[in-house]
Formats: sequence, C-alpha cells, structure tokens
Amino acid sequence: MNKILPVVLIVLAAVLVAAATMHSSALTPATTPEGAVQSLLNHVKTHDADGAYRYVAKSSNTDEPDFAHDVFGDDGNLRTYSALQLFDTKVMHEDDQQADVRATLQWASAVGAVYDTRDLKVVREENSWKVLWPVTARPKVPPQVIPVNYLRWDIVSRGPDDDWGAQNVDAPRVRIISMNPVEKDGNFILLGEIENEDTVPGFVSVAATLIGKDGKTIGQEESFDKISHILLPKEISPFRIDFPNMSRERIASVHMQPNAMLVPASADPVMGVMHQAMQKDARGHSVLTGELVNQSGQTVNIPHVLATFYDNAGKVIWVADGYVDQSLAPLTPVAFTIGVHDDLAPKIHSYRVTANQYSRDRVQ
Amino acid sequence: MKLLQRGFFFAMLALTPVICGAQLSVSGTFRAGVAVTLQAPGSGTSTLYLFGPGGAIKQTVQRGTITIPGDNFKIAGRYTAIVDGSNAWFFVNEAPLANISFIARPSRVPAAARGAVLGSAFLFDRFQNLVLASTPVDFRLATESTKGEDRTVTSRNGVAWVQLNSGSRSGPAQFVASSGDVSVRRVVQQVAADPCSIRMKAARAPDGNILVETAPIADCSGNAVPDGTIVTFACVDKRGRSTVDARVKRGFARAELPPSSAATLSVAAGVVLGNEIHWGGGQ
Repeated sequence: MNKILPVVLIVLAAVLVAAATMHSSALTPATTPEGAVQSLLNHVKTHDADGAYRYVAKSSNTDEPDFAHDVFGDDGNLRTYSALQLFDTKVMHEDDQQADVRATLQWASAVGAVYDTRDLKVVREENSWKVLWPVTARPKVPPQVIPVNYLRWDIVSRGPDDDWGAQNVDAPRVRIISMNPVEKDGNFILLGEIENEDTVPGFVSVAATLIGKDGKTIGQEESFDKISHILLPKEISPFRIDFPNMSRERIASVHMQPNAMLVPASADPVMGVMHQAMQKDARGHSVLTGELVNQSGQTVNIPHVLATFYDNAGKVIWVADGYVDQSLAPLTPVAFTIGVHDDLAPKIHSYRVTANQYSRDRVQ
Repeated sequence: MKLLQRGFFFAMLALTPVICGAQLSVSGTFRAGVAVTLQAPGSGTSTLYLFGPGGAIKQTVQRGTITIPGDNFKIAGRYTAIVDGSNAWFFVNEAPLANISFIARPSRVPAAARGAVLGSAFLFDRFQNLVLASTPVDFRLATESTKGEDRTVTSRNGVAWVQLNSGSRSGPAQFVASSGDVSVRRVVQQVAADPCSIRMKAARAPDGNILVETAPIADCSGNAVPDGTIVTFACVDKRGRSTVDARVKRGFARAELPPSSAATLSVAAGVVLGNEIHWGGGQ
C-alpha cells in the first residue's frame, strides 16, 4: 500500500498537468456556443486548419479545403500573409438549439493590423455546439481568351557617352490639385489630391514639412500608403499625411513636396469599382461598401482601395483606405468595406473610390 | 643683420629700373592662343617671369623684343610679366566663338503651352574660355513642317537664354541654338495637353451591361491624347455609384458599367469633365 499510493498520486498529477496544458482538441466538444467559436478561433490562431474545421457544423456544407482557403487565404492574397493575433467574442442571442456570436478579429498582416467583425451562427449538432461557416462559392470563370493589349511603358535613360547638356527623360509633371489641413483626435492631418499631368507614368509620393512659429521644422512625414503610388497619365490620386500628436496652433506654415519618378509601368489591369454606397455596418457605424471587379485576365493578389470623401463644396474632407484580404480573380466581383468616422459621415456629399493593386506575377 | 640684407635687396630691386633705364612695356589687345610681344630695353640675356591664370613660367630671354608663344595664353585672364625687376600686366581675351553648350528644358512639354520651353546657351572658345563679348545667339524651336518660333538674344557674360512657347502640334520639336557657324540641336518632345471636350455615347451591351465609349479624345489643338491616358467613367443609380478607370486605346476609351434601369453616366479625364448621359430617361 505504501508503494502503490505514491505511484497513483504521481500518475494522477501527470494526468492533471496534461489536462491543464492541453488546448481544446477535437476530443473536447464545445459545451457552449461561445466556447465553440473560441475553440475554432484558437485553432485558427495556431494555424491548425484540421483542428479548426472540427468545430465547423456539417450543415455549413463547407468542405475542409474550402474552409482552409477561406480562413488562411489562397492565391497569394493578403490573408496568406496574415495571422490571427487577437479575437473577442460576444454572445448576441442564445437558445437551446442555436446562438448568434459576434467575433471581433484582429489579424496581423504584411500591411499592418486588419480588423474584421463576423457574426457567426452556432448550432447544436450531436450534443455539442458547432459553428456554421458557409463559404461563398466563387463563381468559376469559364475558360476564355482575354486579350491584354493595354499600353506598357519602358524607359531608356541617358548613358555616360551622351553629350553634356543632352537631355535625359524627365520625371513626369505632377501637381497637387487640392490640399486641406484638418485636426482630428489630437492629430494634424493633410488631405488632398495629386494629378499626373504628364503623358508618361510615374511613381509618386507626397511629403510635407511643418514649420513652427519659431521658423524651425517641427514635423516631417510622408503619405506612405495613403496614396496610389503609380499614376498613369491624367490619373488622380488622393493622399493623406498624418502628423500624430500635433496641434494646429503650433504650426506657422506647411511645405508640401510632391515627388515623381519615371518608372516602367503597365496600363493593365483595369479595375472597376461597382455599387459604391454609404451604409451602416452590423455595429451601426458608417462604412463605404462596394465591389471590385478585375477586368483583366490575371489574378490581382492584394487589392488596395482608396476612398476620397468630399463635402458639398467639393473640398476633400477625408481620405480612407483599406486592403481587401481576398484576391481578385478575373471578372469576379469581390466586396470591400471601408470604415468612415461617424462624425464625418453627415458631412460627406460625394466620394470617389480608386483601386490600387499589388500582384505577385504580373509583368510591370 | 637679416633686416639689413632684406632692406638692401628691396633697394636694389627698386633701383634696378633706374640703373637699367626704361621699363618693360607691352601694347595691343591679346586673344587666347595668340603670341604676345613684350619690349624689354637693353641688350643681353635676362630672365622672364610670366604668371597668370594659365600657370607660371620662367625662361631666359634676350632683351629687346620678347615674343612669348600663344601656347602660354590658352586661358583668358590677367597676366603679369617681369623682366629685370620691371613688370607689365595685360589682359588676354577669349578667342572667337567655337562651341556652344546648350541646355534645353524640359525634355517633354504639353503642346501650346506659354513659356514652357527654356533654353540656355553657354558660349565658349576653342580653349573652353567663356566668350564674354556680347554675341547674338539664334534660338529656333519647330516641329517638322511648321514654322515654329524664332528668337535672337544677345549674350551677356557668356550666357544667352530664352523662354519660348511650345508649338501647337505634338511631336518631336527641334530646338536649335546657333551663332555664326556654330550650332547645337536638342529635341523637345511636344505632347498632347489636357483633353478638350470629352464626348461619350452609351449603348446596351449584349449581356445587359451599359457599354460606354468616348469619341476620339484630343486636346484643344487637335492633338490626340496618348494611349494609356486614364479616363474615368461613372454610373450613379439607386444602388450606388460605379466607376471604371479605363485607359485610352487607339484614341478611344471604353468600358462596361453594370446594368441599370435609370442612371446618370459621366466621364472625366484628369480635371476635365465630359458630357453626362441620363440612362433610362424617357422610358
């Protein structure tokens, strides 16, 4: 007896330690709707597609490969370069057989944090709770030939043997066509639009320098990705330059520096932005929604949407952007949503949306 | 002791002209690359010191008429010659115009733009001296088979510059700066300016979409805007707003917009707006 008891205690301790450290597994059915969602998302967080799929209800009619593509991405889209970092769940409604759970997700992606909110239906299936995860079947593009005969620009620059004074090819002429400084949430923000007035494409950026009342520089920032960098001839892009923790009273003047560089470019792809409309999302916040349609024959891996909002005088009052985490297959609409500050929404009279793109295999 | 020696040396130097007689002299105007003649009175050998922007030389010469070869005066400027303690200075001017260094900016301009083309000509002789003498320089900017624009400007301090309007025809324009027999040519590409009067038409496509297409797009001088120019078509109906940033191809831009029973269609390129079409009106 004296020898058996320690052994039993050791085995019991080992079992308890293992139970405490083991994550919820397929062997652990979800006993609550929230638990089902959390278990699924925990597996997503650890990149365990198999484990996550075990919490998907059969009535979703979703097979595992489709689920994995939907959650972890495919086609080189933004989701393939993302990882679920944080999530929060809240039960909105629950009864014996089904429940609605709102999941707020934060993804760490190659372009920064991406926030997503999903309202998930959870159903009771075989004495445990499972998540309904319908995956919208993407329409198959029928086999066809899509001719790509848009213009392409290449550059031959001046060489060392050229005569002194012989011209090089100049960078494109760009012009800032509007500029509006605003102060929001303790930050000083410059909004505006820039046009490529030339007949050649350019890589464009806008920088700004703030001069204080003592004549010294108090801030220098660039537009970063709040601008469409490659501008084709006569193309207009919005820009937004943020100066965090800066108040307008400190600023005496602003020096804008538009920069343009001549680069090889292609006029392909053409992207349509369809059915843009201001709406309210599930939480009652103002959003701009629409659909992107890739009108070329090659997949666009990471679309980037830029929206410019104008008041009734035509002044730019806000510039917002968002990345779509799905790729754009040819001729297949994909929805996008861009958040808009609720206090700005009533002032918006019109808006303009442009789509930028980053494609892995596209020849530039 | 040293002070005494220094004083004796300077006294001898000052007295040398008195001892030797008349001063070193030079007269006439001199040009770069041309020999210079000095008159040093007396006879026998002496030492010539010559210094100026071209460098410095020291050589043994015979007093009397001293001829210094033109190779020593390639660089224009003030020279000083010293023989027997007597000095003479003179200016060497630049040689006749032999080269023009011409900068034309920019390399690409919109057609019919006022004062858009700048040309700066720097005048040099064959020794790379700036030709400071006022010299007339002709500037001419023209495309093939057009008269173009001509201007004659007199140089100041070796530079002549001009600001010209670009021509109304697109194409490569020859920008020539010339003076006498010397001329330099640059090419300025004149491109179409902003689109003028964009007109579009709309029709129902076989799949029910709205097919919009512009007429050939040209600037106000009639130059076709180049392919690749962005033309934005927009359709506003009760479902929202749809836009397509189409590209000009062979002078036209076209796009397909989603089907609608009643919509307002518009077109724009850059900051230039075209016509509007009320689709579905009158039904």
